[in-house]
Amino acid sequence: MTHEIICAGFGGQGVMLIGQLIAYAGMVEGKNVSWVPSYGPEMRGGTANCSVVVSDEPVGSPVISEPNGVIAMNQPSLERFLPVVKPGGVLVYNSSLITMKETRDDLHIIAVPANELATELGNSKVSNLVALGAFLQKTNVVTADGIEKALEKVLPPHRHKLIPLNLEALRKGMALV
Amino acid sequence: MQKVFERPKALSDKKMHYCPGCTHGIVHRLVAEAIDHFGLQEKTIGVAPVGCAVLAYEYFNLDFQEAAHGRAPAVATGIKRVLPESVVFTYQGDGDLASIGLAEIVHAATRGEKITVIFINNAIYGMTGGQMAPTTLPGQKTTTSPYGRDTSRVGFPIRVCELLNTLDGPAYLARVSMHDPKNVLQAGKAIKKAFQVQLEGKGFSLVEVLSSCPTNWGMTPNQALKWVEEKMVPYYPLGVFRTPEEVSSCDA
Amino acid sequence: MEKIMMKGNEALAEGAIRAGCRFFAGYPITPQNEVPEYMSRRMPEVDGVFLQAESEVSAINMVYGAGGAGCRAMTSSSSPGISLKQEGISYIACAQVPCVIVNVARGGPGLGGLTSSQADYFQATKGGGHGDYRLIVFSPGTVQEMVDLIGLAFDKADEYRNPAMILSDAIMGQMMEPVVLPEMRDLQQINKPWATTGMKNRGQNLINSLGLLPEDLVRINQELQEKYKRIEANEVRYAVEDVDDADLVLVAYGTSSRIARSAMGLARKEGKKVGLLRPITLWPFPKQPLADLAAAGKRFLVVEMSVGQMVEDVILAVNDRSKVDFFGVPNGAVPTVRQVYNRIMEIL
Repeated sequence: MTHEIICAGFGGQGVMLIGQLIAYAGMVEGKNVSWVPSYGPEMRGGTANCSVVVSDEPVGSPVISEPNGVIAMNQPSLERFLPVVKPGGVLVYNSSLITMKETRDDLHIIAVPANELATELGNSKVSNLVALGAFLQKTNVVTADGIEKALEKVLPPHRHKLIPLNLEALRKGMALV
Repeated sequence: MQKVFERPKALSDKKMHYCPGCTHGIVHRLVAEAIDHFGLQEKTIGVAPVGCAVLAYEYFNLDFQEAAHGRAPAVATGIKRVLPESVVFTYQGDGDLASIGLAEIVHAATRGEKITVIFINNAIYGMTGGQMAPTTLPGQKTTTSPYGRDTSRVGFPIRVCELLNTLDGPAYLARVSMHDPKNVLQAGKAIKKAFQVQLEGKGFSLVEVLSSCPTNWGMTPNQALKWVEEKMVPYYPLGVFRTPEEVSSCDA
Repeated sequence: MEKIMMKGNEALAEGAIRAGCRFFAGYPITPQNEVPEYMSRRMPEVDGVFLQAESEVSAINMVYGAGGAGCRAMTSSSSPGISLKQEGISYIACAQVPCVIVNVARGGPGLGGLTSSQADYFQATKGGGHGDYRLIVFSPGTVQEMVDLIGLAFDKADEYRNPAMILSDAIMGQMMEPVVLPEMRDLQQINKPWATTGMKNRGQNLINSLGLLPEDLVRINQELQEKYKRIEANEVRYAVEDVDDADLVLVAYGTSSRIARSAMGLARKEGKKVGLLRPITLWPFPKQPLADLAAAGKRFLVVEMSVGQMVEDVILAVNDRSKVDFFGVPNGAVPTVRQVYNRIMEIL
């Protein structure tokens, strides 16, 4: 099985981080992984994205044009990536900031009010982990345990005190699906 | 019988290619004397320029690297940084140092690289046949300023010591001249001092040496020395521009 | 051995340190900035030297000085900066100073852009600067290879007294993959009797590139060419996948080899017999393996992130024994797996 995932949103929404968490957790769980930040015109307009591959096979192209999983945290990201998700794929979108104008009936689309749920936890910054939780619950790309291990590696030591909050946000997202 | 005059160990016995009356040979000797004086032959690495002194490595009995045009201070930086106990000097002309290599010399100086720079200012490109240099005097005729350097069109000469003296990085900056024996002796002392500044880890040292180029100036050797004294020295005043107070054991 | 996730640029920098690199000079340019930034943190920890040079030109000349003085030295930059370094690279090649130059390539020509590119292939493999000279050019295809090949680049640079280049690109530099880092190299084992270290107990050592007398310059060039022949005979590196039964062999390096590999997977699922040959050394180029595959009746599709550079070397190697097709994109674009797959399906 090969998961090809794009995480996209505004700079500052932590989309690069959740991409790295998936990749790191995949590595910890014995999968082949790659993570690559977006390069090209999509950098303009303040929208960033990264491509993550988690696979049982050695990773071919690290750059994804037809993802089977997308986490979209803002409106431009949704509009850019909704059309390219492979049929049968999973799309999680941040319904706190995104209005779904057109939809597709060949995808599993999950609306997550990520900002509201994060604010309920007392820190709107963890909206990315809420969305990630919902995505992982649906796709099983990696486990919550894997994400916990990844947080220890990816977050710098002075941020480790935030790990419990991040895990809480992750579980909140998982509970939604 | 006592030998009272001999070739410095740091000079090879290779016959120099410099033109009659050129002062490169004297400056080479002064550098070699300074190296012998401090006993540095085994720890010195020279960096040769592109210009008349491109073959300097044949005349010095020292390890040498030959640099691309203007890049000697960068090459010397690389050597000195990985061999901090060694003594590293560059030997550069005015086109090399003050034109194509101006960025390299300014930044090596401002970083305070612990190297010594011997800068030959003869107001002309010698090797390539007498073209206008960044140090060519106003009105001076060269093969690319055949009507004389017209400052309204090509601007003014660069005074390197004064330029570098605006920086905090250099430790020792001096300008000397080759136009008579008294000044040659003075130059020798300045060159020794420049090496001493490096040896004591004080920082960047540079000696600008006003030199003659009889061939490209179209003069006899004597006329050329007189021209240095009468034309160059007034434009490029001699003296020590910067010296660290703590270096005192050398009497320059 | 512990696996960790690292960015390509940082893995390369750490790989250099572990291979014994103790001098780095560079200049800021995207997308290679992680290399000097990493070096500026790491070099002081290993008593090495990090210098931010005043220019690309100075950086390469500092490497010339440090390499000539016997230190394992490197610089890194991206395409426009590598153009600026060409003067120094030509001198270094002639003076036979071992060192490593890293190009995290971006789109050109001119100021170009920040997207990934393979349009510096000609510059890397066919000289770049003036004169008849060659670099040993390595092309990493994974982050792990960024680490492994920079170690090999330092070893081969020393072995042949020749500058080596890592030709990477923006995607390789920015991507993260798991890597296993090698042990620290023992610096005592690196012995360079030719280096300019001061003439203690020996005669003069000289690092230069001047042959004013015609016979001297001929001798210098003959010596270089003999060395290049030895390198061509001994240092060709490449990887093949699924070529034995293949009708069509994709030829690609670096990032485009990864895209080609995915496209190959799609085509194999459709029953198409497709293989991959990935040059790891771009110079010396794997001419013979390509010639052998051509003689065995395989066709070729060269995939590049340029409008076609390496394809010329493939055509030379195949030498009309078989057909060579090309798929490339102009700089600014990255080829997609689907595009390459479609091209395969057109051919087969």
